[in-house]
Amino acid sequence: MAPATSPRSSSYADDAAGLGRGRAAAFVAPALVLVAVFLVFPALWTLYLGTTDYRLTGVAASRPQFVGTDNYTTVLGDGEFHRSLWLTAQFVLGSAIVGQTVLGFALAWTLRDRTGPLRRLVEGLVLLAWILPGSVIAFLWIALLDRDAGTLNALLGTPGTAWLLDHPMACVVVFNVWRGTAFSMMLYGAALGNVPPSHLETARLAGASTWQTLRDAVLPRIRGHVLTSLLLVSLWTFNDFTPFLITAGGPDHRSEILSVYVYRTALGDGRLGFGAAVSLIMILVNLVIALLYLRALRGRSA
Amino acid sequence: MTARTLLRRIGLATFLSAVLGFFALPLLWLASAPFDASPEITASVPEFTLRNFRVLLDNPYALASLRNSALLAAGTAALVVTSAALAAYALSRVRVPGRDALLYLLLLLSSIITGTAAMVPVFLLAFNLHLIDSRLGVVLVLTGGLLPTAIFILKDFTDATPPSYEEAARVFGATPLQVLRHVVAPVIRPGLATVAVWTVAQVWGDFLMPFLLLRDPDKAPAAVVMYTFYTEGGQPDLPLISTFSLLYALPVVAMYLLVSRRYGMRFHGGIKR
Repeated sequence: MAPATSPRSSSYADDAAGLGRGRAAAFVAPALVLVAVFLVFPALWTLYLGTTDYRLTGVAASRPQFVGTDNYTTVLGDGEFHRSLWLTAQFVLGSAIVGQTVLGFALAWTLRDRTGPLRRLVEGLVLLAWILPGSVIAFLWIALLDRDAGTLNALLGTPGTAWLLDHPMACVVVFNVWRGTAFSMMLYGAALGNVPPSHLETARLAGASTWQTLRDAVLPRIRGHVLTSLLLVSLWTFNDFTPFLITAGGPDHRSEILSVYVYRTALGDGRLGFGAAVSLIMILVNLVIALLYLRALRGRSA
Repeated sequence: MTARTLLRRIGLATFLSAVLGFFALPLLWLASAPFDASPEITASVPEFTLRNFRVLLDNPYALASLRNSALLAAGTAALVVTSAALAAYALSRVRVPGRDALLYLLLLLSSIITGTAAMVPVFLLAFNLHLIDSRLGVVLVLTGGLLPTAIFILKDFTDATPPSYEEAARVFGATPLQVLRHVVAPVIRPGLATVAVWTVAQVWGDFLMPFLLLRDPDKAPAAVVMYTFYTEGGQPDLPLISTFSLLYALPVVAMYLLVSRRYGMRFHGGIKR
């Protein structure tokens, strides 16, 4: 008996499972619908919401009015928005671009040819900071920095220093360095594996200092990794909501980065239309970072 | 040993001890307070006891919230794995024009439309769909955000399996769904496990979406309940907070150890390619 053949058997190479276009579409449909409704639609809807006076309660909640670009002019002229933007810049630059990257690279470099318990201990602690749930970590930092009985004050012998009240933004920046260094450490660890050992050996024999070795032998090899990881950690840090769990933007809005600002204006004050305008600005910032990232990737593979 | 190498050694040791101290310091409290007979905010060597864990049973929200977290994580993982596997399989096996462009576009969208940036439209969408205070709403919103990456990872796995098994199964009259369940799924099981574990880890730690979308404290997952434990007025209940933190954090550590032991310290992150 001849093996059963299907009418599509000639296209095995294109369709080995015999799905056919119709069934393939049915297989893709659930995922596409979920993504379309719960990811793409909200982003597109923001374009409309940002042009209304939508509010959480009151008349404008049931019958929002079209207000054109009013929200955008209000946002862009809002002093609180400017301050929030400036704080966000400090947060991203200080904790992600400088803090996590420098510390992560330094760790990857120091640990590169080390094995044994010390390396496992360091890596384990750095990773723990990265994987533990945000709300647990947030309380650990509140406890650490507590004014009256915090471990930091006990250690430094500075009882009564209210770190979170006196220097909220610095606390949040240091916290995020602590929280996110693991990613840079692992990424640069993998990248350093691509630097041929002979290059480093040559540099050592030529009597190059560590700084010269890094600049001339290592950096050219990992430049692509540095660029892409800088963009990724910027994107993640820009969208991080964990500072809210520690300072809630306070005291007196002094640590209110954009992610907290949008929460406070839209859901705290109930100005949803205004918040949607801020949301759109944040999505656009994300888009710019993501496009730069894609360009950097293309440059790396070229 | 020259003076220079000696200096270098000292510098290195100082650097590593400083790093160890910096990363260990906040974690000390989590290691000591749950077992301390009279826990304080300051981390200290505990006067050992396990009695603190009893307060977990007395608090009406503690254990229930862990169950809520498990429900949200399991629901999201089930939905993400099934719909991503179906989609990845079809996209891997049937050539559709613009397929790769579509995948990259979805991936780009999922990285720019984050929960933080889109919290206002997501909240309003859930409000209009009557999904506020519904676990299903949280599951659906989280699924939408995680799916593109899940499809991307799984398509890598299905692309790597040869179609000859499926052809053989077809010859014996299996339907495409049977082929996927009994032939393809066992082969790409590591991929399915990766996506499931990754989803559970994301949902388990997520604070923003349940904080935004759930109202009833009986439905709140551990991330939100933890936050209310220390922000609600009055003296924080340290025996409760410390033991609850530990119990809530342990599954993440266990999952991480399991994955890294099973598949090695491979670098998955969010940055495959």
